[in-house]
Amino acid sequence: MNASLSFIRKSKRAATLANVVVLGQADATAKRLRLPLFLSRISAGFPSPADDYVESRLSLDEHFVPRPEATFFLRVQGDSMIGAGIHDGDLLIVDKSLEPRHGSIVIAEVHGELTVKRLYRKNGEIALLAENPAYRAIPICGESQLVIWGVVTEVVHTLR
Amino acid sequence: MFALVDANNFYVSCHRAFDPSLKGRPVVVLSNNDGCCVARSNEVKALGVKMGTPWFQLYDLANRHGIIALSSNYGLYGDVSLRFMRILAEFSPEQEVYSIDECFLDFTGFHSIDLTGYGQTIRQRVLQWLGMPVCVGIGPSKTLAKLSNYVAKKRDQYQGVFDYSRLSQQEQDELLASIEAGEVWGIGHRLSEQLARLGINTVKDLRDADTKTVRRQFSVVVERTVLELRGVSCLDLEEVAQAKKEIVSSRSFGKLVVKLDDLQQAVASYTVRAAEKLRRQHSVTGALQVFLQTNPHKTNEPQYHPNILMPLIEPTADTGLLVSHAMRGLKRIYKPGYRYQKAGVMLMELSDAKSSQPDLFSHFSTQDRQKSQRLMETLDRINRKMGRGTLRLAAEGFQHAWKIRTDYPSPRYTTRWAELPIAHAK
Repeated sequence: MNASLSFIRKSKRAATLANVVVLGQADATAKRLRLPLFLSRISAGFPSPADDYVESRLSLDEHFVPRPEATFFLRVQGDSMIGAGIHDGDLLIVDKSLEPRHGSIVIAEVHGELTVKRLYRKNGEIALLAENPAYRAIPICGESQLVIWGVVTEVVHTLR
Repeated sequence: MFALVDANNFYVSCHRAFDPSLKGRPVVVLSNNDGCCVARSNEVKALGVKMGTPWFQLYDLANRHGIIALSSNYGLYGDVSLRFMRILAEFSPEQEVYSIDECFLDFTGFHSIDLTGYGQTIRQRVLQWLGMPVCVGIGPSKTLAKLSNYVAKKRDQYQGVFDYSRLSQQEQDELLASIEAGEVWGIGHRLSEQLARLGINTVKDLRDADTKTVRRQFSVVVERTVLELRGVSCLDLEEVAQAKKEIVSSRSFGKLVVKLDDLQQAVASYTVRAAEKLRRQHSVTGALQVFLQTNPHKTNEPQYHPNILMPLIEPTADTGLLVSHAMRGLKRIYKPGYRYQKAGVMLMELSDAKSSQPDLFSHFSTQDRQKSQRLMETLDRINRKMGRGTLRLAAEGFQHAWKIRTDYPSPRYTTRWAELPIAHAK
């Protein structure tokens, strides 16, 4: 929505001048402009006291993807992680820059596939746990057998 | 001091980063239209498959060794490359993106740091964040950094990082004497043959060659290479990509093409692409070449490889004008009765759009020129915003029977919601 006001004005003028309708200017190079929404109407004489407190808008990208270079989205297939709130079809946000810890939800490479599991790593024992009693844990013999692809930081579960 | 960070088998590694089943298996990535190998995993290199080998020649070998072929996936490579370069940017204040998978970093003033250790940190970072294996070469000139990268790649004992500046004089001599001169950046096949005739076979020979003789016999460019091999830095980082001298836009067809109609559509759309690139680097072109090719591998079919040069009266970057010139050229070289495999357009004699001279006898007025420029700017802006090909010339056609063939497609894991990698929960 860049420079929207100016091109509406321009398009009106163009329409009267040459009887053409300018739909808008396409400019992919322009920076995205976030315009704060003022809830108050501007009334003559009395500015809203809230206008002094306008802050920057909230961005989901900034909140959920602090390291965009190392962040990837994956789609869940299966129901073995339901106990962790991860359902079939959910979207996972995975940050590869994070160190996996005991208890992290991770994406692990198992038999050539990316698999979502809870990492158990305690007292020299390593395993990839499911969060659904219908599935068994995968024991891992030694650190060298454990290949962690990334650490899951968020689940996006669509409700409709 | 410079570093060159170069990904190992970049295209193959991009696929492996999202599909672990490809790890440890022989993988090739094929060019547009699945024509030939443009990337090979180490397992494929070990089978003796050369870069650029036509894929159909590998069917037998592929069957025997289970070689996995993948059509090229430029959406994926582009995104991974962008991430790669951004990660590297954190390691130096100055960066030159040299190609899709190579990047120079300026290490000037990094005296107090152990550069080999720093190189290992870079390597680990890119491997963990992107799943991309890379090698790092470090040296006092760009040429030596590039050569060090070659050493890091070829010699396992260095674990992917090689710092030339740590070598003693004797170690430098021994190393350079063990590498052929042709491996040096900018020393091509032809040049290395000419050098060999002068008794310059190894990199050490080249480094120790007399600079005056080299300049006289070859060029200042080769002389500069000699100096760079001696550790004298002559080439600075180019942070802004240089404008290209020529622009080629050509592709092999998905299936052989016979009709002029189809060729016209193909040539028109290649010209449109080339003109876009031309305008992006703010150049105009003074000549346009159109070429056609039959399939040279079908030896039992009649062969015809014509090309035609269309000089332009006045340099231009106008898509409409260039396409009409290309169409005239195509009509002149097209002959029925052949099955064409490839067509293309090359723009030559490029010059800066700002300093280009209008022709005295040109029938274009200044208004015409300004109008054309505005039209092209609008066209480019809309296509950049709405996606390539949103606005196009009717000459490009709508049904592309000749369009790219991808028999071995793979998901665009990072740029399409519908093609995300699957996290199995089973």
